[in-house]
Amino acid sequence: MQLQEQPTQQADAIDLMVNMGPQHPSTHGVFRLVIWVDGEKIVRSEPHIGYLHRGSEKLCEGEQYSQIITLFDRLDYVGNLNCELAICMATEKLMGIEVPERAEYIRVILCELNRIASHMLFYGVYGLDAGAMTPILYGFRERERVQALFEAVTGARMMHNYIRIGGVNEDLPDDFQPRMDTLLDQLERGIEECDDLLSQNEMFLARTKGIGAISAEEAIDLGVTGPALRACGVPEDVRISEPYSIYDRFDFGIPVGTYGDCWDRYYVRVEEMRQSLSIVRQAMKQLPEGEIAANVRRIARPPKGEVYLRTESPRGDFGVFLVSDGSDMPYRVKVRAPSFCNLQALQAMLRDAYIADAVIVLGSIDIILGEVDR
Amino acid sequence: MARPPRREPTIPEAPVALDSMGEALTSTLAEVFGPEWATQIGAAIDEVTLTVPADQVAGVCITCKTDPRLDFNYLRCLSVVDYVEASAEFEVNYHLYSLDKRHKMVIKTRLPEDSPAVPTVTGIWAGANWYERESHDLFGVVFDGHPDLVPLLLYEEFEGFPGRKSFPFHDYEEW
Repeated sequence: MQLQEQPTQQADAIDLMVNMGPQHPSTHGVFRLVIWVDGEKIVRSEPHIGYLHRGSEKLCEGEQYSQIITLFDRLDYVGNLNCELAICMATEKLMGIEVPERAEYIRVILCELNRIASHMLFYGVYGLDAGAMTPILYGFRERERVQALFEAVTGARMMHNYIRIGGVNEDLPDDFQPRMDTLLDQLERGIEECDDLLSQNEMFLARTKGIGAISAEEAIDLGVTGPALRACGVPEDVRISEPYSIYDRFDFGIPVGTYGDCWDRYYVRVEEMRQSLSIVRQAMKQLPEGEIAANVRRIARPPKGEVYLRTESPRGDFGVFLVSDGSDMPYRVKVRAPSFCNLQALQAMLRDAYIADAVIVLGSIDIILGEVDR
Repeated sequence: MARPPRREPTIPEAPVALDSMGEALTSTLAEVFGPEWATQIGAAIDEVTLTVPADQVAGVCITCKTDPRLDFNYLRCLSVVDYVEASAEFEVNYHLYSLDKRHKMVIKTRLPEDSPAVPTVTGIWAGANWYERESHDLFGVVFDGHPDLVPLLLYEEFEGFPGRKSFPFHDYEEW
């Protein structure tokens, strides 16, 4: 870390500028945070992003609709399937395509498993941020199981490129049902184990309770969504407030926090994994036989128009604004990345915090730089 | 026998399908924004659109947030679309949502290509801050009154506006 003196207006106090990142293991990617401290207290902080800017939105303008899906995989590289789902659903809405039942169920099952895998990664690295080595081993063990299933279904552990406009790429493997039965039982046990291991740990509580709290009004004003908003006590979930796909057929709750501090943001995610598991169980019971893709022309040409579609990704409200001019390539694609907006709240969360809490607060937002920078 | 001249393909338009909430919002908007506002109410698929001239954006946004009938407390997305080739304009879209009333709409404004400037909405929704910086970065749209309009995604020395259609796609130089 590099230290530099920063002159201030006050004559007797000298604020120190502390630079964190861009290459720093606790920033979860290439992210730079500049903090001005007065003793141990953070006076001001300034996030710097853009180190991973690849111009994804512009790249989309030069690809056909079916080719964009793979670019969306690389936005939120921990919740890939949720990103794929968003762009495919936006195109379908524009073209007015009806997706077969079975495909909808496959999508929901995989997306909810993806949410569990993403939250398991958060759980593991958040333990590391707080100084606990063990949680990451448990978190990754569970994540690994989900990824093994993804490999069996989609052929890839991470960049799946599985969801297609009008359906999914291929049908489920023959041994899907028995695999899911074991996986769901293992995950259920795993989530309880993870919860027992960290959530009520005395030292973990001391590091996270009451740290980095923001009020609900402030969070809404800053555009915070997802678990970070629900931790403030706002029961807002796109899956319930504006149900997309077939989410209105399942019975599940929205976990909300009380104080909007780091622990609430952590525990909302743990609870969400249980809810996701319950959705997957319900979907597995209802999973119908039938077609897995609608009959769509290989080169999709949506009509002229624009659509804004939002989905609930593991990190929050993932929106796609798609403008079509009637050709085979989109005219404009704008991605509303949840991490991008949630990261804006970092300055507010770090207000009056101590420098030792900076990493804890940053970790609790659960950013993925791939979608922040796009 | 001479072949008939080739017809230009007709490009279909996406049909409008507003739900009951959207229709209710359309009538509310007509009530709130009377003849003193130069606004136009339309629809794009399932979203209500409100087209506003650039100088009235700030007023319309404040009304949208503070009017209890609208109560748009959450700015979902702010995006810029480049229509320079078609009409020498940029379009700024503000996608709004009300967390309490659960209705949604989009405010649209067109800015001329040579001086794309629009008042900032950071004072209304604090979350607009980074969106506006990003739009300034990629499209060169100026948001008057923005507290700190410095580059966000690009580096300081970068020249040009890579979001625009006129920016070369693949033949840029590596740095």
